[in-house]
Amino acid sequence: MSWKMINQPVKTIGALLAAGVLLAGCEDPTNMETSQQGYRGTAMETVQNTEIEAIKAALNQVPEPLYPPESSTEGDMATDVYENVQVLGGLRAAEFDRLMAHITEWIAPDEGCAYCHNLDEGFADDSVYTKTVARKMLQMTLNINANWSDHVGNVGVTCYTCHRGQAVPENLWFEAVPEKALGVGYRAQQNRATEEVNFSSLPEDPFTPYLLDDKNIRVNSPTALPSGQAPEGGIKNTEYTYALMTHMSQSLGVNCTYCHNSRVFASWEESPPARATAWFGIRMVREANNDYMVPLTDVFPENRLGPTGDVGKVYCATCHAGVNKPLNGAPMLKDHPELWAGKDFNQSAMSADQIKALVDKAMAEAAVAHAKMKVTSGSAGE
Amino acid sequence: MALLSFERKYRVRGGTLIGGDLFDFWMGPFYVGFFGVTTLFFTLIGVGLIMYDAALGPTWNVWQINIAPPDLKYGLGFAPLKEGGFYQIITMCATGAFISWALREVEISRKLGIGYHVPIAFGFAILAYVTLVIFRPLMLGAWGHGFPYGILSHLDWVSNVGYQFLHFHYNPAHMIAVSLFFTTCFALALHGALILSSTNPGKGKVVKTAEHENTFFRDLVGYSIGPLGIHRLGMFLALGAVFFSAVCIIISGPFWTRGWPEWWSWWLHLPIWS
Repeated sequence: MSWKMINQPVKTIGALLAAGVLLAGCEDPTNMETSQQGYRGTAMETVQNTEIEAIKAALNQVPEPLYPPESSTEGDMATDVYENVQVLGGLRAAEFDRLMAHITEWIAPDEGCAYCHNLDEGFADDSVYTKTVARKMLQMTLNINANWSDHVGNVGVTCYTCHRGQAVPENLWFEAVPEKALGVGYRAQQNRATEEVNFSSLPEDPFTPYLLDDKNIRVNSPTALPSGQAPEGGIKNTEYTYALMTHMSQSLGVNCTYCHNSRVFASWEESPPARATAWFGIRMVREANNDYMVPLTDVFPENRLGPTGDVGKVYCATCHAGVNKPLNGAPMLKDHPELWAGKDFNQSAMSADQIKALVDKAMAEAAVAHAKMKVTSGSAGE
Repeated sequence: MALLSFERKYRVRGGTLIGGDLFDFWMGPFYVGFFGVTTLFFTLIGVGLIMYDAALGPTWNVWQINIAPPDLKYGLGFAPLKEGGFYQIITMCATGAFISWALREVEISRKLGIGYHVPIAFGFAILAYVTLVIFRPLMLGAWGHGFPYGILSHLDWVSNVGYQFLHFHYNPAHMIAVSLFFTTCFALALHGALILSSTNPGKGKVVKTAEHENTFFRDLVGYSIGPLGIHRLGMFLALGAVFFSAVCIIISGPFWTRGWPEWWSWWLHLPIWS
């Protein structure tokens, strides 16, 4: 068969394949919805596909409470009814029971109470490891609701924010397995096209340095030309920062311009206020990992640990799961007063003054951190 | 400017697209024509409005002057003059001036009885511009999606649009466009160097012509595209670069809302290895 004879069919098949690939890679242009975050003409905007957003909204629904919160302030305290109540001693027994019922529903709906309790030995028994974990996680939840309103606002978090009906939250991270630099096949812990980095070639584990350790997340040089002021680490740290930011963007279903004006990423003055919320979120996640997850490492059985024996840790996706407000911003704590310390959860949106105060606080704390970095790294002052 | 004696031969009447011989004359070296008049009309109004809007702005620093499009809330309607309305009129003037210029090229081509390659090539540049400020904003539902007119401000716009899709270098059409832009420069440099080398053989030596040029590339890579072919190739590369630039921006937003790296997951999921 001559080339001329097969030329035409090959061309046709090729054209059909190319068209198929192109069309398969497209979203429906009639679904697009846009919003603006900055001054006109700066392209500080978001383009969203309403079809994809509807799917994400449906995946982030809050379950109805089993029954309404206890209205009575009378009744026995939990400590009067149960033994070995270490964290929730401030609750009345009725509130305590209600919370336990919901925890079961949120975390182990199939396994029931026995997932954490040794029912033969009684509720007070601490022999099941999941009970130790649950206790720590309750402390973490209470801590976030009490001390991290800079990030969680008046919405707060419950067990369901992360667990979604599963004993192990779907979105967790483990440290990357260290590699030996052998030349051929050495990936330098990147190029794996993981979901966290939007399937790009960026480093696969930007979480250990930034969400466990508190390495500085700033790698833009403050000047256009080299000035000796470039932050530590050079281009490699730029990639790690970029990988972390890509993860944040993926977790929240937003793009870079949701929090930054890319002409000058570092400038707080040109950033939308959402950046301040995210700034506190990074600190909150660090605390959750260091004070609550890592101390549980020895409690977990081996099959719950990562490839290097580390505990599963939280990052943005753990709560956000693809939407910029977890569970579409549903004020879940309103229905679960057992997990908050009497705050006003009826007010859901922040006022302009509150937003400004939040941004100012983030700027002030970032400036302190920046000054510390300069002292410790000994680099030239600005 | 003096008219060279032989130029008069090419200055023939007729060939106009519109208006008969109304503006069918030359001013100095320039052919006027109906579309010369419309070009001038749109240019004067457009540049005048740019100056006026710049005067209303905070700076005369030429780098920082910024004529910004309207807020997205005005959708596909008119915005108040000082809130993007000037931008909208300037955009109409620019589009009118560019198309007029292309049609003037058409008329000149018709007078000379040559092909329409020049206006077609320029048409690609117009296509890229109207894709950015008309087609894409139309598809996204607001004129505010156009880029601002300003030396630095339009670069800031480009940066932010790129970051809306996390990593624009993963945009497949952007990849093709960038490759073609580089290849255009490469081809032009090779072509320029080859012509200069055969016309500059050294003092006292005879200038060489096409066969020497062809032989150089036959010796080097086994094939010479030839004197006509190199210009076809040049035009193909350059227009391809512009065309795929237009494609890469029209697909960003109207046809894709997520990070561009993620678009490539079809590759990761090919049945060959997944």
